[in-house]
Amino acid sequence: MSTHGNTENMQNSSRDTVRPSAPAGAHSGVPAVAIKDVHKAFGALHVLKGINLTVNPGTVTVILGPSGSGKSTLLRLINQLETLSGGEIDVDGEMVGYRHVERGGQDRLQELTEKEIAAQREKLGMVFQRFNLFPHMTALQNVMEAPVHVAGVSKAEAKARAEKELARVGLADRAEHYPAELSGGQQQRVAIARALAMDPEIMLFDEPTSALDPELVGEVLGVMRSLADGGMTMMVVTHEIGFAREVADQVVFIDGGVVVEAGGPEIIDNPTEQRFKDFLAHVL
Amino acid sequence: MTRKSKENQANIPNRINALPVRHTATVVAGIIVALLALMLAQGLVTNPRLEWNVVWKYLFNENVLNGIGWTLWLTVASMLIAVVLSVLLAVMRSSANAVLRGVSWFWIWFFRGTPVYTQLVFWGLFSVLIPKLSLGIPFTSVEFWSVDTRNILTAAVAAILGLALNESAYLAEIVRAGIEAVDTGQAEAAQALGMRRGLIMRRVVLPQAMRIIVPPVGNETIGMLKTTSLVMAVPFSLELQYATDAIANRIYKPIPLLLVACIWYLVITTILMFLQSRLEKHFGKGFEQRQLGAGASGTSPAGNGAGTGSAGPTKGTGKGGTPDQTDKDTVKKYNETMMTGLNA
Ligand SMILES: Nc1ncnc2c1ncn2[C@@H]1O[C@H](COP(=O)(O)OP(=O)(O)OP(=O)(O)O)[C@@H](O)[C@H]1O
Ligand SMILES: [Mg+2]
Repeated sequence: MSTHGNTENMQNSSRDTVRPSAPAGAHSGVPAVAIKDVHKAFGALHVLKGINLTVNPGTVTVILGPSGSGKSTLLRLINQLETLSGGEIDVDGEMVGYRHVERGGQDRLQELTEKEIAAQREKLGMVFQRFNLFPHMTALQNVMEAPVHVAGVSKAEAKARAEKELARVGLADRAEHYPAELSGGQQQRVAIARALAMDPEIMLFDEPTSALDPELVGEVLGVMRSLADGGMTMMVVTHEIGFAREVADQVVFIDGGVVVEAGGPEIIDNPTEQRFKDFLAHVL
Repeated sequence: MTRKSKENQANIPNRINALPVRHTATVVAGIIVALLALMLAQGLVTNPRLEWNVVWKYLFNENVLNGIGWTLWLTVASMLIAVVLSVLLAVMRSSANAVLRGVSWFWIWFFRGTPVYTQLVFWGLFSVLIPKLSLGIPFTSVEFWSVDTRNILTAAVAAILGLALNESAYLAEIVRAGIEAVDTGQAEAAQALGMRRGLIMRRVVLPQAMRIIVPPVGNETIGMLKTTSLVMAVPFSLELQYATDAIANRIYKPIPLLLVACIWYLVITTILMFLQSRLEKHFGKGFEQRQLGAGASGTSPAGNGAGTGSAGPTKGTGKGGTPDQTDKDTVKKYNETMMTGLNA
């Protein structure tokens, strides 16, 4: 990424120096997420046709692609909101959804129980396009919910933590508000705080700013950026090319169910594949 | 919209103080209806055949008050059991297990498909038809536990059971509709937080479904209040309708005692409606549009309509071209303020 002299990359490399705690790009082996020849079909609709992708700890991967290319599906597979049709996904070196067992001398996959799946999901935080905050709970209650009822943290402790997370996304003064009383940008920041409160190792963002009015996009991207600066491993589906340029360590372009082009953020300004060029021409 | 008191309003220098539109037709209609209502009231009060003195005499009769107690008990107990059963049935209905789905379907089919009167007669006869209840392995003589049916299935129990089972079938459909009305994104967000099915149902889905469920359940409860008068089919003979009927037959004055019953049913209905509105308020939390605190300083306009409403996807080709300069600037500016918060 140093070969490009434009300002975006200057900022990008300066980001790396800003976060001393972040694990180095090539970490001691185990990738945070390893996606191996992943297929997904909805009935006859073959959406993902052999996706391969590795996300290293402490890095930001931005996934680009036209509408309907399966970007959401890929994130949902990692978090097991969809079940795999083929291939394998490892999070932190652990296969998600299944374990290998021996049956009649053969190596077979055994589905994990709901409890085991829930435990795997605790490593992942997810932020949705439509926020999906719990509307009957205040911002604070939204953030406290999982720590109290999933992790079994005491109410007092969870409250202190939730207040810290809300302050981190700049919403300390909105703790007692219900989602309906918050702007879209504020709601999305609460959603980020809610995910962070469970101490995830990896954050998945599915078009977190697509449902926002343009003037509210910046505040959410700002929070995401500072998360990245803090060394969080992130996978981000977005149409915000500017964000990809400035924050991504890895950019992946998906189309037609396969990874068409992948590389550092510099590929945005120097695409090689025609399909990626067309997409960028459309988006930029 | 009611006008708020002066101090509650913003100071607008050129506040509009317009004359309201005249609703002549509405006023005329209102007067006509009021006159009709007065005539009806006069007829009710002055008609000697209604015998208000008798009504008054028996309104607080001991048997009548006792009947109210039983009617209330039958209503509350059967509704509580029905609500619990209906949630179970609704969850079973959407279960992955085909047996559970089938049982739920059959239950709803059977109890909705037969008259409640018939069901009550059946429950009254149950201890005759099946004198002994036992728990064991079907088609074998193995038996873990058994009991004389008559000892547990008293008339009151039979009445409550009959009403509850019938009602549960109706409520199950109401609960199912409520559960299905909750956005699937809610359960997904909860799953993503590591929550499991039971917890998601209890903490996330049901509380939101309640907002949709409560009004029709209130309706059903008021219906149940009056359905309790059918328990004479069991036979159970202590509730309000039966009590007033008994007095009427004794003193040969049916009309005033019907009025007694009506007055009490109306009183209870009023109380139930009040409770319903309280429940609706409780479960509507976060859904009603609240005024933001006046002192709250926001970075963004209180675009309340946001909710999930404005969340319609704005993505797509048109939206793609956002990485413009202003956008990046706001990101940077925002970041500067963010960093201070983050270092903590
Ligand atoms: N549950 C489902 N059942 C059937 N088809 C589905 C389902 N979920 C997604 N699809 C289909 O899979 C394809 C990929 O969907 P996906 O939501 O992953 O696209 P995307 O890349 O996220 O698009 P967008 O940018 O519009 O969000 C689409 O054609 C969609 O219609
Ligand atoms: Mg999508």
